[in-house]
Amino acid sequence: MSPHCIAEKRPKPYAVLSSTPSDSHTWNLLFVQMLMEENGWSVTNLGACVPVAMLMDESLRRVPDMIVLSTVNGHGAQEARQVIAALRAQPSLARVPVALGGKLCVSEDRERAVVDELVAAGFDAVLVGDTAVPVFRSLLTRAAAMPGRHAGRRA
Amino acid sequence: MTPAAPEGTFHAFMERARRTGTLVVQPRMGFGTAAQMRAGLIATKDAGPGTVGTVTLDSFTRVGDFASAGRALRAGDELNGYPIVTLGPQVTRDMLDGVRDADFPVQVRHGSASPGPIFAALMAAGLDATEGGPISYCLPYSRTPVNRSVHAWREVAQRFASLAETGTVPHLESFGGCMLGQLCPPSLLIAISVLEGMFFAQQGITSVSLSYAQQTHAGQDEEAVRALHDIAADLLPSVSWHVVIYAYMGRYPATRTGALSLLSASARLARRSGAARLIVKTASEASQIPSIAENVTALRVAARAGRASGPSLGAPPSTGIEAEARSIIGRVLDLHADLGRALTSAFALGYLDVPYCLHPDNAGRTRSYIADDGRLQWAATGALPITGTGGRPKAGGLTSAELLHALSYVRDRYDTGAFAHQ
Ligand code: B12
Repeated sequence: MSPHCIAEKRPKPYAVLSSTPSDSHTWNLLFVQMLMEENGWSVTNLGACVPVAMLMDESLRRVPDMIVLSTVNGHGAQEARQVIAALRAQPSLARVPVALGGKLCVSEDRERAVVDELVAAGFDAVLVGDTAVPVFRSLLTRAAAMPGRHAGRRA
Repeated sequence: MTPAAPEGTFHAFMERARRTGTLVVQPRMGFGTAAQMRAGLIATKDAGPGTVGTVTLDSFTRVGDFASAGRALRAGDELNGYPIVTLGPQVTRDMLDGVRDADFPVQVRHGSASPGPIFAALMAAGLDATEGGPISYCLPYSRTPVNRSVHAWREVAQRFASLAETGTVPHLESFGGCMLGQLCPPSLLIAISVLEGMFFAQQGITSVSLSYAQQTHAGQDEEAVRALHDIAADLLPSVSWHVVIYAYMGRYPATRTGALSLLSASARLARRSGAARLIVKTASEASQIPSIAENVTALRVAARAGRASGPSLGAPPSTGIEAEARSIIGRVLDLHADLGRALTSAFALGYLDVPYCLHPDNAGRTRSYIADDGRLQWAATGALPITGTGGRPKAGGLTSAELLHALSYVRDRYDTGAFAHQ
């Protein structure tokens, strides 16, 4: 058997991809979904304007190996705080890696200041600017290789 | 009843501009506080004559989350637009006082599939012009089911039309010529814009505008805007209408030169194709919410480029855009006499199907691509009632890099100066 076939036997790592409640941009979501799938992930893309409750329900239905938030409308920093608080308060989701990326504020100056705050609020990765995509790629590789990943586990 | 509107309404202003043949320019401007919003409108007015003011609403208000808009205001967090519902009618009246007048109308631009509270707020503040549509403010802006959006838009359009009783002519613009901003071939944009104009007319609105967003190829765009004029002349005989061009609505050039030359190209498109109004984009579009000064620069650059060009003498050769648009419109109109129902069924049947749109009610069976000559073409037409043009000779799906490449086509060309001559 070729190494390729052996690799295929492992279940794919699973991610829930979501926008924030007020954000209706979707080209970013489509791009991130495709990027993840090309890196061997299976992705549920929840689309635009996802209420926090819907993200929670979907993540509890099948606990993902990663939750990914993508937002660009400038309200991201405000809304991401609420999302991460809700996820971390839910015991079965408290340890799932959560990545956030896109454009998080209505001005680029302000954005630099919020990245650290959001990491402190519980995000495992906050990815903005030109390095966002390459850093995310290597994160995907590492997360997929983690022994303790949640794939397929029911809450 | 609603208090009397000021002498000058958006409708009357546009009628005058149309008679004199001046291209009206308008920003996409919206700020979170009344003071900033007022300063922005004053700067827009001072950049005139020939400018129209815009109040663009924030996205908490768009999705009906007024609590979050209120929380942001109290916390001093910056909003991406003006929270008209949360601030209330009196604040908005004061904000507009002495700014909005006969020579400077103001339009509210929002992006809401549940627009009831927004219409209540703008009408209570004495405003008479806004934007939207049951389709164009649903698919790009929400996960609200199309039938619910149709319901809500029917109700607000009728309520808005009743402003006529106070002697005002309310004006409603369709966002149908934009949809997701990029990679939607012209015929479908034209069809949605005209169908929404007809939907508004069916609810009693007598003054509408039909939009078209600049795409990837100047000649194709000119053909499209001419088709839009011809089709509207046939299908909207009993209402007053004009065409509004949107400067490119997709991934924007990152350089200042690239951004402003793309803007100038949109002004030339508007003039060549006989459009009455242009909504501009600024040099910071690619990165962040633009400042007032950047908006003023954009208005000046666009007005100058518009003045320097005139209507084309001959129409560009037809590539069949008008026939495609008419075919789509005809099939939708055949579905039901009530246009709201026709639009809802059209999405269920895939007769309307926007490429790459993730909205749950969009069939998702159409695809587009940018051909070697720069024109936006169908790669897959799904159940759209059009023939032939689909079928790009590429096996398999798109990769993320290819998607980003297509989304960056215009941006890259303007950033490197390759399109500077257009
Ligand atoms: C197309 C577009 C729209 C379309 C969206 C249609 C749709 N359903 O998707 C329409 C016209 C409807 C629209 C509406 C609005 N828009 Co808009 N839009 C754009 C535009 C022009 C292009 C976006 C795009 O297509 N990008 C393509 C994708 C692939 O790129 P991207 O989004 O930049 O994502 C990249 C990175 O950010 C990163 N990334 C993104 N997410 C993630 C996540 C992870 C984990 C990682 C690793 C990386 C990552 O990867 C991508 C590739 O590099 C941008 C400006 C621009 N970029 O030129 C404005 C822009 C994003 N919009 C903006 C705004 C504010 C709005 C509105 C609120 C209206 C308003 N007030 O102006 C509404 C949204 C309403 C709402 N409820 O949210 C602002 C945001 C301002 C800010 N953050 O400072 C921008 C920047 C324009 C501006 N300068 O004002 N918009």
